[in-house]
Amino acid sequence: MATIPVDDRRITERFGPHLSAPTGQRLSTSVEPERLVKTHCCFCGQQCGIQLKVRHNSVIGFEPWEEFPFNRGMLCPKGVKRYLQGAHPDRLTTAVRRDPSAPHGFSALKYEEAIADVAGEIDRIQRTYGHHAIGMLGGASLTTEKTYLLGKFARVCLRTPYIDYNGRLCMVSAGAANKKAFGIDRTTNPWSDMVGTDVIWVAGSNVAECSPITTNYLWQAREQGAKIIVQDPRITPAARTCDLYLPVKPGRDAALFAGVLQLMIEHDWLDRDFIDELTLGFDEVAAYCRQWTPARTADVTGVPERSIRQAAEWWGTASASFLFHARGIEHHSNGVQNALGTINLVLASGRIGKPKSGYGTIVGQGNGQGGREHGQKADQLPGWRDISNPEHRQYIAGVWNIDEKDLPGPGVDAYELFRKIDAGEIKGLLSICFNPKVSLPDNTFITRCLEKLEFYVAIDFFLNDTARHADIVLPGSLHEEDEGTVTQVECRVIKINKAVDCPGEARQDWRIIQDIARALGRPHGFTFESPREIFDELRIASKGGVADYSGITYEKIEQQMGVFWPCYSEDPQTGRPIDHPGTPRLFERGSYNPIAKGTGPFYFPDGKARFNVAEYQPPVDDASDEYPIFLTTGRVVSQFLSGTQTRRIAPLVNQYPEPRIEMHARLASKFGIEDGDWTIVETRRGAITLRAMVVTTIRPDTIFIPYHWPGQKSVNQLTVAAQDPISKIPQYKVCGCRFRKADGPPEYVAVLEPQQ
Amino acid sequence: MPKPEHLYFFIDPNRCIGCQACVQACTECDTHRGHSMIHLEFVERSRSVQTVPVVCMHCEQPTCAEVCPADAIKRTEDGIVQSARKPRCIACGNCVLACPFGVPELYDDRQIMMKCDMCYDRSSIGKKPMCAAVCPSQALFFGTREQIAQLRPMSSPINRFQFGNQTITTRVFTMVPRTLKDRQPWVDVTAAMDDHPFDRAVMLRLLPPDVAATTVSTDAVDPFGGVAV
Repeated sequence: MATIPVDDRRITERFGPHLSAPTGQRLSTSVEPERLVKTHCCFCGQQCGIQLKVRHNSVIGFEPWEEFPFNRGMLCPKGVKRYLQGAHPDRLTTAVRRDPSAPHGFSALKYEEAIADVAGEIDRIQRTYGHHAIGMLGGASLTTEKTYLLGKFARVCLRTPYIDYNGRLCMVSAGAANKKAFGIDRTTNPWSDMVGTDVIWVAGSNVAECSPITTNYLWQAREQGAKIIVQDPRITPAARTCDLYLPVKPGRDAALFAGVLQLMIEHDWLDRDFIDELTLGFDEVAAYCRQWTPARTADVTGVPERSIRQAAEWWGTASASFLFHARGIEHHSNGVQNALGTINLVLASGRIGKPKSGYGTIVGQGNGQGGREHGQKADQLPGWRDISNPEHRQYIAGVWNIDEKDLPGPGVDAYELFRKIDAGEIKGLLSICFNPKVSLPDNTFITRCLEKLEFYVAIDFFLNDTARHADIVLPGSLHEEDEGTVTQVECRVIKINKAVDCPGEARQDWRIIQDIARALGRPHGFTFESPREIFDELRIASKGGVADYSGITYEKIEQQMGVFWPCYSEDPQTGRPIDHPGTPRLFERGSYNPIAKGTGPFYFPDGKARFNVAEYQPPVDDASDEYPIFLTTGRVVSQFLSGTQTRRIAPLVNQYPEPRIEMHARLASKFGIEDGDWTIVETRRGAITLRAMVVTTIRPDTIFIPYHWPGQKSVNQLTVAAQDPISKIPQYKVCGCRFRKADGPPEYVAVLEPQQ
Repeated sequence: MPKPEHLYFFIDPNRCIGCQACVQACTECDTHRGHSMIHLEFVERSRSVQTVPVVCMHCEQPTCAEVCPADAIKRTEDGIVQSARKPRCIACGNCVLACPFGVPELYDDRQIMMKCDMCYDRSSIGKKPMCAAVCPSQALFFGTREQIAQLRPMSSPINRFQFGNQTITTRVFTMVPRTLKDRQPWVDVTAAMDDHPFDRAVMLRLLPPDVAATTVSTDAVDPFGGVAV
């Protein structure tokens, strides 16, 4: 019964989001911390090192950690204020159950009772409808240990194929493209390699707001002579001073890459030796690009022809280069094609696998990398293994001590999982670290699906917007209340350290999962006593896989300030035990990997990389006569994902309190809209009323709305649920919309605080 | 303990991304817990994302101290201009009006002027001020002259500012393009305050310099000039 128990506003009154500000010992200048805990930020994929000040089992502030090599003390505003999520008035310190008779919709219950109820309902549903009737959703902000445990729990304990995670909204286009082109899904170089390169191409990444620490690497590279190319529909802070700005029309990225490659071919700005010796498929790609003349490319992409030519010349004639992309080109129904388009540019240049040349995808979530490698993704098993591959299944079944026949096959992506709920195939849902009611596109549909569930249990530390539908919410742990590993943007495996204990009846998430397994009477394989024990099993499970963690230990991470995977326990060439330091840089000439076995640097049996025809296709629900403006969505620097944490931290909320509609002055004046005016934006899915923010730093045919807010402020009421056919990533970055000035403020203004 | 002689503060607004990590971190410093002493200004948000972080420039002859009728503002020997001293400050606001950089602020609730003191409790023991420690673009940098020269070969530090007839020399440096410093080793602040400073103040390099150099009006460098509405 997963309808919201009482009026939303009454739930908000009790469970927030309310704002946490520095008070008491956190504000006092005389309070000295008892200790500093070296750990990492709980938010984005940069995973900045930070020291938390701890006193009386409470995090009271932070101190920069200048020795950690990636960020050397630097932090964005989210990192600075992250500590305010602890000791928060909204924190769930007991389990709660849906209770329409309770004033705020939920009443507390004992943890053990809650676990028994959850197990009872899962058991009932599985007995009635079969194992497949339970679905699970995980997240990429969890430690790798937790994501490993979730994957194992779904397959071994629940025996359901239906598990997926919120990385489906994030990294899957990049991952699928990397797999097709390189046979391995990883950024190729450490970020420090950027300094000293000739050209850096940033494709669809607002680094200043979404991965702020990367900015300093860009600027340092520029100080050493690098030219910066930024491709974005908005003049982002990095675009403002870049050397070449490519103002691409939303959804046209693959065309731009094809056009640039065509110019490189025409001018023979290619590394022919590299292409011949170390790649396959170039001729097919060249044949496809022939149609992308500069004039046509300019016409389709909206980028001036001379800028396209300049980009091709700089990229084509560089002697060292980096290309980075992020959600800007990946959140599309042809997101994989866009990513492959960038990879084609890299492969054609031959500039990969060298100290000052590489390619990378900027991960969005804290564990966007590790969270996609060890088994919570619908089609994967630990070590980046394939759940459909008989050998891989056999190996993992062996590690898990189960019969391979009992291991479920591939499940479905997170959105499809909701369609299965809608179709009545999935009756029960367990979610953790995922807030789909805010974060999935066309989220009115998501709400409808949630209401159809017979039973929904959520694990979270705050009552997130989706968890309001839950029958039972189990009180989980904050980042600083547990330890484990995370793999950050450079593929450096790092260690999260525990600073404080869980409050009240809250539990570390891995204990909760194991408690459910025990209550179901299926404890086999779920008797870990610590994250370290889980990690030790994960090391074995990943051994021999592409994402091989077998040589990584907590101690090695600490000694080396992180370990880049693959890190072997046995030399892949000789099979002898080895103290392997990890692999900071991939694809170096002459390097050995266990797939190619010495035939070449890439992770295919022949050691060669693959060119893939990266075909341009117009977006689904493109701008049209009826909906003539492009709507694009993204982040602001002071908020993170669906805002479950950051909408509860006062200084971050104050920095950018509510979503606004960013639009060009020319577009605004056409509709008689001035800065600050209430404006209604409509798409085929719905309408939203927000204030306009009138600027000249965005394409005049495009509007931008950030997505961190729920309910009537959620731009995902408007976005389209079109997905990439390969990666299943949703097309968040473009759909057709129209808008008009509102008669007055919307009704919610009078009753909701900005962050609610 | 004074701030070590060899450590300096450098500002490069060209690098600033407007993230406000400096503002948020400033409020975490124990000398002024809960209050940010740094301002982050948008030059003109409607036309650019250019932002400028403003810290106290720590003038050699601080105008704020010179106009203070209560002698409440002291410059310590290490060159740091401190916040107003509590027993002396009469909250008259002279310093707020007089500072050419617009730094000091009056706190009505406690009747005192407070301003950036370069996180004196940190910088005086050789630690970076909070803002410079966290700044993700290193638009704010705290370190030695040698470090900045090695890290920033394209720009040079300047610490002379011309306000009409007044020349101010500061302890804090601003980074300017190296070629500009050779031509004019000071920043003419007044000259930048004419009616249409936009072309110079907010530069967006959309095309390679040779092409951009031929464009004159701001319309011509509008990257979206060709986009129909």
